[in-house]
Amino acid sequence: MRVGENLNQALHGLLGDDPSVYVLGEDLLDPYGGAFKITRGLSARFPGRVLTTPLSEGAIVGAASGLALAGDKAIVEIMFGDFAALAFDQIVNFASKSVSMYGHRVPMPMVIRCPSGGNRGYGPTHSQNLQKHFVGVPGLSLFEMSPFHDNRAVLDRMLASARPCLLFEDKVLYTRGMYEVDDLFAWELAGDVAVVRPDLPAAGADYALIAPGGVAHRAVAAMRWLLLEHDLAGTLYVPSQLYPFDVSGLLPALGAAGLVCVAEDGSAGGTWGSHVAAELHTRLWGSLKRPVRLVSSADGVIPTAPHLERDVVLQDTTIRRAVLEALHG
Amino acid sequence: MNRLTDEDLALLLLIRLFERKLLALFERGALNGTTHTCLGQEYVPVSLRPLLRADDWVFSNHRGHGHYLARFDDPDGLLAEIMGRKGAVCDGVGGSQHLKRDRYLSTGVQGQSLPVATGVALNLKRTAPGALACVYVGDGTWGEGAVYEALNLAQLWRLPLLVVVEHNGIAQSTPTELQMAGSVAGRAAAFGIGHRRVEGWDVADIRQQLAPLVEHVRTEPAPLVVEFATHRLGPHSKGDDTRPADRRGKDWYAAYRAAHPGQAARIEAAAGERVDRIAEEVAARPPSTWTAT
Ligand SMILES: Cc1ncc(C[n+]2csc(CCOP(=O)(O)OP(=O)(O)O)c2C)c(N)n1
Repeated sequence: MRVGENLNQALHGLLGDDPSVYVLGEDLLDPYGGAFKITRGLSARFPGRVLTTPLSEGAIVGAASGLALAGDKAIVEIMFGDFAALAFDQIVNFASKSVSMYGHRVPMPMVIRCPSGGNRGYGPTHSQNLQKHFVGVPGLSLFEMSPFHDNRAVLDRMLASARPCLLFEDKVLYTRGMYEVDDLFAWELAGDVAVVRPDLPAAGADYALIAPGGVAHRAVAAMRWLLLEHDLAGTLYVPSQLYPFDVSGLLPALGAAGLVCVAEDGSAGGTWGSHVAAELHTRLWGSLKRPVRLVSSADGVIPTAPHLERDVVLQDTTIRRAVLEALHG
Repeated sequence: MNRLTDEDLALLLLIRLFERKLLALFERGALNGTTHTCLGQEYVPVSLRPLLRADDWVFSNHRGHGHYLARFDDPDGLLAEIMGRKGAVCDGVGGSQHLKRDRYLSTGVQGQSLPVATGVALNLKRTAPGALACVYVGDGTWGEGAVYEALNLAQLWRLPLLVVVEHNGIAQSTPTELQMAGSVAGRAAAFGIGHRRVEGWDVADIRQQLAPLVEHVRTEPAPLVVEFATHRLGPHSKGDDTRPADRRGKDWYAAYRAAHPGQAARIEAAAGERVDRIAEEVAARPPSTWTAT
């Protein structure tokens, strides 16, 4: 099963199990089923709770807040995550604030789904990872889809938190296999974090990678190359929840690794990864072997032409180069 | 349908065949990403062409190839942009929906351009009286709040803003009935902004209707909304059309060809040769290079 189908089934299941759930978004009626087909089949099964909307990102997210205030639960599909910017006020100044600004806790169970990322030639306004713009907003949680985390469990968790949540979904991931990883590697879930390591006993301490779900395949490709070409065995940690991100459980393993590298796909500068790196420096000062290495996409717009896009967007080669440089200088 | 000049028909068919070529290239896997063709709507920018001046600004949108080709006789540069080849209008960075050349600009985020055009119109009113800012938007884009904030400003400040609505009855996959309450006319009226609906595709007729109205925007600055009732014949982007073939609307070219078969055949053949030649030539170019980051 593909990751996109897993997400589609999760939405089917959620709507079926919980009559208070709404799904709102542009072009999600059947037979079209959304720009990336993630909402396929939903409108036919759940008319009245699966609503196609005008091009009105601000209003849709505002309406989701209204549903949540009134006791329902809302899932919004932003067609391209880039357009979450049009709902920034509703997300940052209303939905997230409302959780606590009235002096008592107001439950706001809502999820804003953001198909994100490049490597598809969609150009500067349809390819971004906007995570960094939403890091550190009180009341707001950030999650990222991964090939390891069942989307139904993630959706249930987000709604149960009763806080507004953004779910970033790497568009390339939709068509990748769910739960599949390179044949040289094995993975398991340790709480919220998927841990991917060489399928060999006691291997994987040469370096540690931390990456969101959308980067997982690029990270594993880099790890495979590092293993085969340089005999370096590392471990990859893929959290489902990006923010707030509790690193406590990872500290023993990270402190013992030869290198910690955080790999993310947003443009460099003021990023989720730099937040994680700062946290690790503080918590692991004294046991880190080297400074935490951070790799992001370039600090630039994402060009449309594939040969230019490749140079800007984080690739597996970016990760392996960073690990090698850090370990071998 | 009135007979078109050879020049107008050549431009219309250049746009038509350029768009068809893009869809063919997509099918062959020679293009990536997304591209929105204006099949069926070619006559909108071609009609407006002689009504716009070189010092006017034009703001285009995702469905902008026709807008660009009606402004610049540069199919080579546009195709190079879409294919990421040398000679691309914007070095292959912007691609199909993010173009800037002189006073022409497009952006892929719906609703963004109207407030920007309002600011440009504010500048023009003072620095180049008589010039205007023209913005193309689809009917679906009237869902965005920024459209109304801009209309309010433009009317409040009496700015020379020409809003051209290509009302093709659909936004991506959503028919207008499912996304617009009321009407474009009613919305313009709410701001006290002039509105003209253009039915049909007779280029001479459209120019005659619109010439005095556009002139008025120049001489007595104030926004004007011109709404073309038009038809999107092709998919939203690439092959994503879920409409049955008989619900895709009427084709001006089928009607025109029936009325003027000799001229149509002659000019279509020439346009076809030109587009084929350009496509071959551009595909053979090296990749674009981008230096300014
Ligand atoms: C803010 C924003 N939301 C959604 C989209 C995705 N999108 C691109 S074009 C489009 C439909 C636009 O419809 P309309 O304005 O009627 O123009 P048409 O495509 O019919 O020419 C949508 C939903 C976008 N580009 N920007």
